[in-house]
Amino acid sequence: MTGTGIGAPVRRKEDQRFITGQGRYTDDLARPGQTHAAFVRSPHAHARIRSIDTSAASAMPGVVAILTGDDLAADKIGGLICGWMIHSKDGTPMKAGPHPALAQGKVRYVGDHVAVVIAETFAQARDAAERVEVDYEPLAAVVDTAKAKGAGAVVHDEAPDNLVYEWHLGEKDATEAAFARAAHVTRLDITNNRLIPNPIETRAAIGEYDAGTGGYTLWTTSQNPHVARLVLSAFIGIAPEHQLRVIAPDVGGGFGSKIFIYAEETVCVWAAKKVGRPVKWTSDRTEAFLADAHGRDHVTHAELAVDENAKIIGLRVHTTANLGAYLSTFSSSVPTYLYAPLLSGQYDIPAIYAEVDGVYTNTAPVDAYRGAGRPEATYVVERLVEVTARQLGMDPAKFRKKNYIKRFPHQTPVIMNYDVGDYAASLEKAMEIADVKGFGKRKRESAKRGKLRGLGYSSYIEACGIAPSQAVGSLGAGVGLWESAEVRVNPTGSIEVLTGSHSHGQGHETTFAQLVSDRLGVSIDTVNIVHGDTDKVQFGMGTYGSRSGAVGMSAITKAIDKVIAKGKKVAAYALEASEGDIEFADGRFKVAGTDRSLAFGEVALQAYVAHKFSGQDLEPGLKEGAFYDPTNFTFPAGVHICEVEIDPDTGITKIERFTAVDDFGVVINPMIVEGQVHGGIAQGVGQALMEGAIYDESGQLVTASYQDYQMPRAGDLPSFQVGMTSTPCPSNPLGIKGCGEAGAIAAPPAVINAVTDAIGHEEIAMPATPQAVWRAVQRARPAMAAE
Amino acid sequence: MAIVSMTVNGKPVTADIDPRTLLVQFLREHLRLTGTHVGCDTSQCGACVVHMNGAAVKACTVLALQADGGDVVTIEGLANGAELHPMQAAFREHHGLQCGYCTPGMIMTAVDMANRLGPDLSEETIRSELEGNICRCTGYHNIVRAVESGARAMAGQPMREAAE
Ligand code: FES
Ligand code: FES
Repeated sequence: MTGTGIGAPVRRKEDQRFITGQGRYTDDLARPGQTHAAFVRSPHAHARIRSIDTSAASAMPGVVAILTGDDLAADKIGGLICGWMIHSKDGTPMKAGPHPALAQGKVRYVGDHVAVVIAETFAQARDAAERVEVDYEPLAAVVDTAKAKGAGAVVHDEAPDNLVYEWHLGEKDATEAAFARAAHVTRLDITNNRLIPNPIETRAAIGEYDAGTGGYTLWTTSQNPHVARLVLSAFIGIAPEHQLRVIAPDVGGGFGSKIFIYAEETVCVWAAKKVGRPVKWTSDRTEAFLADAHGRDHVTHAELAVDENAKIIGLRVHTTANLGAYLSTFSSSVPTYLYAPLLSGQYDIPAIYAEVDGVYTNTAPVDAYRGAGRPEATYVVERLVEVTARQLGMDPAKFRKKNYIKRFPHQTPVIMNYDVGDYAASLEKAMEIADVKGFGKRKRESAKRGKLRGLGYSSYIEACGIAPSQAVGSLGAGVGLWESAEVRVNPTGSIEVLTGSHSHGQGHETTFAQLVSDRLGVSIDTVNIVHGDTDKVQFGMGTYGSRSGAVGMSAITKAIDKVIAKGKKVAAYALEASEGDIEFADGRFKVAGTDRSLAFGEVALQAYVAHKFSGQDLEPGLKEGAFYDPTNFTFPAGVHICEVEIDPDTGITKIERFTAVDDFGVVINPMIVEGQVHGGIAQGVGQALMEGAIYDESGQLVTASYQDYQMPRAGDLPSFQVGMTSTPCPSNPLGIKGCGEAGAIAAPPAVINAVTDAIGHEEIAMPATPQAVWRAVQRARPAMAAE
Repeated sequence: MAIVSMTVNGKPVTADIDPRTLLVQFLREHLRLTGTHVGCDTSQCGACVVHMNGAAVKACTVLALQADGGDVVTIEGLANGAELHPMQAAFREHHGLQCGYCTPGMIMTAVDMANRLGPDLSEETIRSELEGNICRCTGYHNIVRAVESGARAMAGQPMREAAE
């Protein structure tokens, strides 16, 4: 494919500014007269605040103001919210404690916000913050996910057992019946390790208040500025929606962690009016480790039942999900509706039952991180399937193939209705690229050198294109998850596309322009994508859940269709033909069956000069908007295969090959899509082998820097082999499924299945660090856990 | 306060600064050269890499005063007017960036790598030389391709087009 249309690997338009140092990230901005904020954070995991003495700090040079939770309360500023209501099995609503932006009475995790110091310079703010005297009465803390329920320490009085909800999904009786007649049951205890998202740009915010107009502006590192504005106005009550402008300029990665409405950003807007000057805050990396929302952190017992023909007949799980000390913006939905509905994987499983306990602990809030719930589900399913095949003595690929869903649409027992897919096609292609046939030989060669080689599969599915608004509304979401677009054609024929989605690395400025170029037959150089500013784009839901292609671009498609329809009307007048005779193709409006035609740009000009038609018969101008609400989730799926070599003497795991074959439906820009796959795999490999947030028993985060939390580096990873299959998605006009999270979802079980294949037993948890692997290798091979 | 003078991207600059000012703060806040980024506080991520007296340094770990009298080049000074430096062009051609945040540091590190080690960089060399630069977006796959190709282009060898 050449050119710039759908399917072309167009080089990115946005790169020019990034490779020359001209990107504009929030911390790059300086507002006239700005002050700087530093937060006083709790050193305790759990404590009562007896008093806060700011007198010494106030006397420090450059200090402008020091604000605490009392000031917030006095101004009647509301707490941060969780926007998804989950009901427990017994029908009661989840038990949520208050979440003030600055602590009121109590702190609940190390890094919790106690006060803010605003000063002339950042160094002065920091110096003064260290002089704020807080008298704490330390309380017992609860940290461990598995031990939180009913622990002595109570995080919120509203949830006396630390239980936010006891939720379930699926059919309990049918599942029990399946297990009762099973020929074989596999049982696994699984920990999904806690991760810290770590976009390389830390969060930052500048709040500004204009006393003349009464309007506020917030520049912030957000994946969804409109949602931020809605929450800050409607729930937190800082300013009416029309008086608050939220701008998310260039954003340096998000991975979910920049979806949420956090304390610091809230405080910056509120404080800007109090001090009468702009207030800027930029997180340092240590603060990001402490106070960005973390991801994952599940403890699960999972079981899989198969009949005498090795056909899967039932799956059940009990999961405890750590939600941290407060419920972050979408936290409640992640271990529930983003998790359990994916427990059918790619398999035809007639009975599934999932129970999930959401618990409070004295740790940072846990919310969506790349994949959000779906990696946890995939890890459960793909570990169960792999171990079952091993216990049955079957080839893991054959066992998968036998149990794949083969007919579509397919209704699972856990909400989802899969629209289309061809799972065997991806498996076969992946096995070919990975040269699975040659694995035995490679394993023998490794053995000759004293090394252990293993191969692991992962057949993942995810639900993307989030999401049909009515469906998520019925499940408790506080918002609809459609997307908006506006296509503005200028008189010269150049185009601005306003989108409610947000790009923070995904390349929307290129991909979206390709769509416009493809549909309207114009050069991508004449198309500008506008996003991330609530004053320009009216409303939108932002970017997460691999939704910008499937939902955001569908909205653009709808608006383009309206532009073409209006263009036909204009062209009919200009060409003196009837509207029904006008055809649009290759960027020209033509009178069918004649050689009379006008280029797109000529019609745009005619629309604006309005000389060829009466403004009473046809409105001048060429600008159309659309809201697109998806009809279903989309279901990207694929197979990843990992091959590792382990040095039994050091425990070091080397990834020798990593193959990914994904079915994303229609792909707009394969270069960008492959890049998304690469990045996702790296995060998945990070989870499997390196990353893990560790709190000690007292609730101190001991992995709060890049020297303690191992990020994947170039030397830790191989080059990846990426292939594609394609079954176009029938649920949206473009056939797109979404690609942003696939790698992070698929990779962890592929890696761990390879590691366990190499070491010959299943007793290892993520992250499989050299130390953990070395220990596992030393351990005598234990008897298989299940019957 | 202390007076510091240096050359930045070919231009002489002098300023009166707090002695604890880091070079990266000096560049970003005093000179408003915001292409050099900060990604950590432990000298680990490499988002801040610039060239000082011809060698790559982490500008978050150098005091501005240590650069006194020196010659500093930042990402903004790499291109020759409108003509991109070959390493910049290679990062675009090979999709070696997504969010762009690590990119200035990556490019400055890569240029230094090619200056020291020449045009023929093996994948292994590139991966081990990138030890001090963290990227959370790309998985490094395309960064490796970009550095390979950019190093060759710096030596005047034609840049290979990315495989399609
Ligand atoms: S900011 Fe300099 S190494 Fe991270
Ligand atoms: S491109 Fe985003 S951190 Fe490297």
